[in-house]
Amino acid sequence: MEIPYTVKNRPDTGLYNAKLGIWLFLASEVMLFGGLFSAYILLRVGAPAGEWPHGWLDVRLGTVNTLLLALSAITTLLAWASCKVREFGKFKFFHACTILLALTFLGIKSYEYHDKWIHYEIQLNNGKIADGHFESAVYVNQASKQEVEEHSYRGNSFSQVAGGTTNNYQLASVTIHGHVVEKHEELMDLRSEEAKKAVHKELTIAATDIKKMENYGPRHNTFTAIYFTLTGLHALHIFGGTLVIFYLWGPGSKMWKTDPERFTNRIEVSGLFWHFVDLVWIFLFPVLYLT
Amino acid sequence: MEATVQQFPPYRETAAPHGHDDHGHHEPNFWSKYIFSTDHKVIGIQYGFMALCFMLFGFFLMLMMRWQIAHPGVPVPVFGPLLEKILGQPAAHGAISPELYNSFGAMHGTIMIFLGVVPLAFAAFGNYVVPLMIGAPDMAFPRINMASFHAFFLGGVVMLVSFFIPGGAAQAGWTSYSPLATTIPTNGQVFWLVGMVLLITSSLLGAVNFIATIIQLRAPGMTWMRLPWFVWAQFVTAFILLLAFPPLEAAGVLQLMDNVAHTSFFLPTGLAVGGQLADRSGGGSPLLWQHLFWFLGHPEVYVLILPAMGIVVEVIANNTRKPIWGYKSLVYSVLFVGFMSFLVWAHHMFLTGMGQKIATFFQATTMIISIPSVIILTCMLLSLWGGSIRINTPMLFALGFLPMFGIGGLTGLPLGLAVCDVYLHDTYYIIAHFHYVVAPGTIFALFAGIYFWFPKMTGRKMNEFWGRVHFWCSFAFMNIVFMPMFVQGIKGMLRRMSDGGINYSAARVPNAIDALPGSVMQLNGVILWAAVCLGIAQIPFIINLFWSISHGEKVGTNPWRATTLDWQTPTPPPHGNFAHEPHVARGPYEYSVPGAAEDFTPQDAPADKTSTAPNAH
Repeated sequence: MEIPYTVKNRPDTGLYNAKLGIWLFLASEVMLFGGLFSAYILLRVGAPAGEWPHGWLDVRLGTVNTLLLALSAITTLLAWASCKVREFGKFKFFHACTILLALTFLGIKSYEYHDKWIHYEIQLNNGKIADGHFESAVYVNQASKQEVEEHSYRGNSFSQVAGGTTNNYQLASVTIHGHVVEKHEELMDLRSEEAKKAVHKELTIAATDIKKMENYGPRHNTFTAIYFTLTGLHALHIFGGTLVIFYLWGPGSKMWKTDPERFTNRIEVSGLFWHFVDLVWIFLFPVLYLT
Repeated sequence: MEATVQQFPPYRETAAPHGHDDHGHHEPNFWSKYIFSTDHKVIGIQYGFMALCFMLFGFFLMLMMRWQIAHPGVPVPVFGPLLEKILGQPAAHGAISPELYNSFGAMHGTIMIFLGVVPLAFAAFGNYVVPLMIGAPDMAFPRINMASFHAFFLGGVVMLVSFFIPGGAAQAGWTSYSPLATTIPTNGQVFWLVGMVLLITSSLLGAVNFIATIIQLRAPGMTWMRLPWFVWAQFVTAFILLLAFPPLEAAGVLQLMDNVAHTSFFLPTGLAVGGQLADRSGGGSPLLWQHLFWFLGHPEVYVLILPAMGIVVEVIANNTRKPIWGYKSLVYSVLFVGFMSFLVWAHHMFLTGMGQKIATFFQATTMIISIPSVIILTCMLLSLWGGSIRINTPMLFALGFLPMFGIGGLTGLPLGLAVCDVYLHDTYYIIAHFHYVVAPGTIFALFAGIYFWFPKMTGRKMNEFWGRVHFWCSFAFMNIVFMPMFVQGIKGMLRRMSDGGINYSAARVPNAIDALPGSVMQLNGVILWAAVCLGIAQIPFIINLFWSISHGEKVGTNPWRATTLDWQTPTPPPHGNFAHEPHVARGPYEYSVPGAAEDFTPQDAPADKTSTAPNAH
């Protein structure tokens, strides 16, 4: 006996096996992202007044990414429809678009990550805070006493770098493009009028003035933590989906010649996953960028 | 019985020729037959074998802990030097240090639940039996099935490896509460989390496969109300796994971020570790972990018990030679249990300071979920009434399950009431309660299943005499192990103490509630030796299991004279299971139908054969 309903629908359920399988899988995905969104809500509701950041992410980039994914949903649908009407050339074109759109999305996402990665909050010994994007740093070689200027930041923690425990290079000064504020609270709402008025310029800070220096990575606060986790997991889904679609577009499309119906089913099932991943972004965008 | 065999021509004669996958069927070598197999029966046996090994290992960890509880700080006899050799400092002089006790405790729970009982009850029995019972050639997605086993295997390896890293395995209990789980100085927790993500992946793949198989691959005529109840139980279990596990995966990802990327999802502001302010942003919520954990954790209890109940129903129906009592009630009850299991999780958290209204809600749902559980148990009990009961090893274990699960279930009620729970929380009472559900409950049912389906897997029966020895010794010692724990718990002995409470026992505060009396402490010795005897009682089972594969009494395809489709195939079933697609003509438990030629009518026997029977459908 062979496994039935791998391609044809079972009459009483109206589904072939893989279609039911992917819907079940998506149900579990809903619970996975549901758990993470609940975590977001609990962390945000539990944050003390003024401690939840606003306007930390670039709405313009977020909007572009939203449009890219919305467009890719349309091309995915058209790719499947092309298979249905047996137009292989159109399928190739539409899914090529899907892959390009997905890669552009990931590119923009990496740019945003990088932007957060080089964004530093520097607590100064005088109690003020310098905040801005890292430009360069000057190190002193402890053996030769020579100064070296570098455009990357060595080491993981400030105390390591300032103490010279990393490769015998001691931090002398840091140059950032940003501004200095009196209080931590001024950095929390970047949509406020005061924050918009702030003048950003190049600032060079001596290492001796620095108390603590930390970038806007996941550990910065609970917002960056949940931002990186949610979008990171979503980006992994985009990556996985792109891999599958690329396989079906490239080497996997050989099946078109032998079993077009089954191939069309594969396009449908992978498309369902892709639509789900798009949908998650539709929730992520307002939750992270717009509020 | 032999007649049943002959009605099936040898496999492959009738199978449709399919050129493209033929090479997969011919002369499979060892690797493709046993390691990279996509056959649901092989995968089921793989799961079963691995799970039994893990359970034995979990039992060993428990023995070490029981020694430490009964004789704190005294070197472990026999195994002490071995532990010291393997684990080094934490087992210095062959004694169990508190850190080692903690990691053994955490890993005992994790291994028994996620690597022992779930893989055996759900994955092993489900994989082997469900496709046979519904008349399917295999699972709906055989390769995903294989991937599921491999993810499980990897998860198990990661868990085992964590014992050997510096600092040792996870120490924060199987519940891994934050901030403890993030602040203990060992990477064991990271291994635990990675292992869990793999195990959850395995369960999700399995759950999707089971549900799709049961919905799509039922044989013609196998309507929903003709499904054996075991299949219903597995179906609901699969849904619980599908929907309850992902929130734990989410929690696991967040805790992994806490441990690896130094975020503060579960770490509150101002957290101090070892008297020093932790270098963390804070702002997280330790309660968030508990909510996400127990959102899985409680449905998980039903994952452990429902497949076991399914096995017991099959064994009881078969050995009472009459239809199971209240089939429809059983079906609706199991569906209701599955639904309600998502609404009771916070009864594990009564002591976290939640509001009274919330506590009342979860107390009410907890009482409600006990109703369908009682209905299921009642149906099993009433099925015995008026039956011509055959006492054999599977039936003994199934009968043993009934009072044991009864004790486990009923002692859970006081824990579900917030008022009593305040007192009983975190004592040995709760250890006794859930072990009665899972150890003499679920594990007895699993033994029943092993003895029951062994002839289907091998064509031979396990030895009956040694089976009975195994049952009676296990039954006695299980109760001597767990019954005293109720007493200890009610007297106030706390769980998770590496010295077995001896410090509390010594601390006599004037005018305060009395410390633990000596008699309660002495029970630790009784439990230890009962546990050792329980271990010895498993030796006949282990020998019987392996010996019977080649030396057991040879039997036909249907030695228990059972009605369900799993017994209507050749033994052991070939790849593809059925030579012809079975056509199901009646319900699953048509035993002793008046007027029928035999006292059982297989589900796929043609309808005309029993047309003289008054209720042949």
